[in-house]
Amino acid sequence: MMKYTIKEDPHNDERVREIMEISGENIFACYQCGRCSSGCPMAEFMDVLPNQVFMFLQEGDVDTLLSARTPWVCAACFTCTVRCPVGLDLAAVMEALRELQLRKNYDYVDPYRVENREELPPIALVSNFRKFTP
Amino acid sequence: MELKKIMFYPGCTLKGVAKNLEDSTVESARVLGYDFIELPGWTCCGAVYGLAQDSVKFTIANVRNLIRAQEYAEKIRDNRLVAVCSMCYNNLRRAHLDVMKNRDKLQTLDLFMDEEPDYKGEINVQHYLTFLKEEGFDKIAENVKKPLKGLKVAPYYGCLLLRPDEVAIDDREDPHILEELLEILGAEVVDYPLKNECCGSYHTVDKKEFVAERTFKLVSVAKEVGADIITTSCPLCFFNLDKRQEIAKKKHSGFEHMPIVYFTQLMAIAFGINDDKVLHFEQHYVSPREVLSRWL
Repeated sequence: MMKYTIKEDPHNDERVREIMEISGENIFACYQCGRCSSGCPMAEFMDVLPNQVFMFLQEGDVDTLLSARTPWVCAACFTCTVRCPVGLDLAAVMEALRELQLRKNYDYVDPYRVENREELPPIALVSNFRKFTP
Repeated sequence: MELKKIMFYPGCTLKGVAKNLEDSTVESARVLGYDFIELPGWTCCGAVYGLAQDSVKFTIANVRNLIRAQEYAEKIRDNRLVAVCSMCYNNLRRAHLDVMKNRDKLQTLDLFMDEEPDYKGEINVQHYLTFLKEEGFDKIAENVKKPLKGLKVAPYYGCLLLRPDEVAIDDREDPHILEELLEILGAEVVDYPLKNECCGSYHTVDKKEFVAERTFKLVSVAKEVGADIITTSCPLCFFNLDKRQEIAKKKHSGFEHMPIVYFTQLMAIAFGINDDKVLHFEQHYVSPREVLSRWL
């Protein structure tokens, strides 16, 4: 069971507002249809499902999302983005959740510790470091 | 015949591990009457487009590339910039659309890059497939010397040719442009239901087991629907689908390798090009030589 706290008014939560500002998305527009999760190719590796990301945000529970693996498992494939019936860009929300941490100079991936770096194509390294390092 | 000059944006990966993509693109274009000229002064596209709305840092390099293209377009009198790598195409096109829609971003970038001329917004970033279709697929048909008759191909688009909507080269849920081309080359196209599903992308760096699972699924389904080979245009999809079969095979007994090729390699082969210096099969983990032996 995942523990979460319901805040009084998440509209006033500073971090929720920051996520909306960075992503440019109104996370309160989501009505939990679940289409993002049903089409997500990475959902099987996630601890919080894509639709639950909106649910936690709407409840003001940013802590759960910041400690979740999900934003670091999203592949930014935009399947959710293009299928969302209200036009929310979840990929951008995932980016905002990463940015919130990366902007504090956090390295999710240490470029110096990547295994078999020489066999990887440059686009793999560039895209990975762009998503996972400040 | 004099070749028509077209600006070509190769991108970093084509200069190294994807020579097979670069050379087969340039050579197939040459057969069709185009001289693909590498955009002078190009830099890396950044591979993934920045999604943070409060930052323009990921757009700088792309706009700089567009400015380089703007300068060269005047010389050759053609404003088309052709990319074949899906990531490069996606980034350059998104950057162009982004700054055209959000002029304040463009203004910020123009001020930041005060040593550069301003970007006027006239560059038409095209994927090679779109370019070919616009120029007319019948041109391709005229040049097929070795029809790929009997080769069962699964067309794989991946994400970045189709999403987000504003850069999609075809219908994002049911694209057909690649199928059309493959049929002109004489190949038998299989109905591949996972053609627009993600390969796991950049997770191949730090979570390769996840990617190997994606590869397992994508390759197994291609096999189930009867494909001999999967074709793609993205060097990251290529790497994941090809190289990650190594882990997939270790994890799943009974998993059979399937070769992955770029659509440009198939084009080159159908045009009668049989040169290792163009096809570079040494860059494949799973060699396509046996499957393609009838046409080589």
